[in-house]
Amino acid sequence: MAEIVLETQGLTMRFGGVVAANNVDFTLHARELRCLIGPNGAGKSTFFKCVTGLQTPTEGQVFMRGEETTQWMSHEIASLGVGIKTQNPNVLDSLSVFENIWLAARRFHTPIEANHKSQEIIERLALSSIARADLGQLAHGERQRVELGLVAVGDPWLVLLDEPAAGMSAEDVERMTEIIHELNKSAAIVIVEHDMQFIRSIAENVTVFHQGSVLMEDHVDLVMADQTVRNVYLGKKA
Amino acid sequence: MQGSMSKDVMTTLVVSAALIWALPLMVSTYTLTILIIYGMLGLSLGLIWGFGGIICFGQAAYFGLGAYTYAIAAINFGESTIPMLLAVIVPAIFAALLGLMMFYGRLTDVYLGVITLVVMLILFKFINSTAGPQYVIGNARLGGYNGIPGFQTLNVPGDPSAYIWGDAYFYVCAVMLALVFILVSALLRSSFGRIAVGIRENEIRMSLMGYDIRARKTILFSIGAAIAGLAGALFANWSEIVTPSLFSLRQSAEIIIWCIVGGFSNRVGPIFGAAGLAYIKILLGQQSMVDNTLIMGIILVVFVLFLPKGLVPAVAELWNISFGRRKRGASRSGRRVRNRGKANG
Repeated sequence: MAEIVLETQGLTMRFGGVVAANNVDFTLHARELRCLIGPNGAGKSTFFKCVTGLQTPTEGQVFMRGEETTQWMSHEIASLGVGIKTQNPNVLDSLSVFENIWLAARRFHTPIEANHKSQEIIERLALSSIARADLGQLAHGERQRVELGLVAVGDPWLVLLDEPAAGMSAEDVERMTEIIHELNKSAAIVIVEHDMQFIRSIAENVTVFHQGSVLMEDHVDLVMADQTVRNVYLGKKA
Repeated sequence: MQGSMSKDVMTTLVVSAALIWALPLMVSTYTLTILIIYGMLGLSLGLIWGFGGIICFGQAAYFGLGAYTYAIAAINFGESTIPMLLAVIVPAIFAALLGLMMFYGRLTDVYLGVITLVVMLILFKFINSTAGPQYVIGNARLGGYNGIPGFQTLNVPGDPSAYIWGDAYFYVCAVMLALVFILVSALLRSSFGRIAVGIRENEIRMSLMGYDIRARKTILFSIGAAIAGLAGALFANWSEIVTPSLFSLRQSAEIIIWCIVGGFSNRVGPIFGAAGLAYIKILLGQQSMVDNTLIMGIILVVFVLFLPKGLVPAVAELWNISFGRRKRGASRSGRRVRNRGKANG
């Protein structure tokens, strides 16, 4: 059995009286690719934020490669070798594509190595033609791709992506799928996503969230055929 | 990158030498000295606010601390070398401690501004209330609202009787500003500087890249305070008296106005803004027809409304348009390749 790279035990997040994530137990193995799905307000993004250190869970524990990271801040989690992409493109708008990726590379490499590494990632992600353009001038899909570059340049062993395909054209989604598959050769990946077509194209296993808890966890085809999941997505009582 | 730095150093040296030679032909060295000191003070805020995104409404606190540290140490040591060093170190340590509390306490934006402002006002109040004979540090009486006069001014290191004053003091200040400018340029070209600019742009993204933004902000804040402290020590030598007004709200507001008018996110903007506005203020102070505060206010409003990026970036933009230099990113093909961007100002 492959090593467990991410595990949560009883993860709970409350905002006043609202329980956004409720006693979530989750396990991810090395080089596994798992999609988190569920309707709006199901708790996927809250779970994502708790795991990435953007929020501290009210209860429960988070482990990465066996080390407890529950109270860690996001920079400490990222320093472990965890690549994180948030829901909205979170980039440095007034800097160029190269500068953005260089800064991400510099965290794990010397300046000269960071130059080489950045160039390599820019070529791999087909960003050469826009390498010197400021991020603020790029289209949404290009910005998403650059942010994936920021994630990939650190050679992560765990990648956490929140809606990487949101607002992208079909062509961009196809390119994104290829990149994710390539990343998955060396890293376990968790993807929070709504787009079922995209999910079918990348994932085998999915975890369904509903009302802050895990409703189901299985192969994508079985999950999609499940009547309870269908009802949840259609807004019927589960 | 090393080549660019050498070019930067050479340009700074040539421009500085030309200005040091030309300006005394038009303006007295006494006036130029204070303009240089204010330029250095403006640069200190430009560095932390313009490049680090740290909103500081109380930069005068470090200027005042530098001046007071120098004055107190100069009275106690009877010479100027160690006091000059202390005037840089003490504000830097003070800012580091304050920065640790603010940045590790996860304070952001406007709260930082308020805290720095309040700290400055506390120092102002405190120094103002030290008029009694019990407020003594070594041989130096703090003097309350009367300040500290009569301390040893700058001397040749190792020879307390060899004072540096008049034209010589102007040259010392000019060289110091050039050195600080070169050091700031080197800092901004380094990985640390580029990361600081990244933090200014998007703290969350830099954090998700694995950078501890709290530590870096504290260091940058401390460097800005050290530069302001040096400016304070030079000011103390120029004025030969330090008073609580150095910590005043007016002083802090002026520093912010200098930076807004000159332009925050570049290295020369705050220097020109400070020197230019301070010179206008001196000229206006020589007449009584118009209130100079009113003129300063009008200048600030005009800049905020019509040149929000400041004078130097506006001139640079105009230059680029006039001489046909393509703006980076205007076209995606045939773009000129550069290994570093505007991160370096």
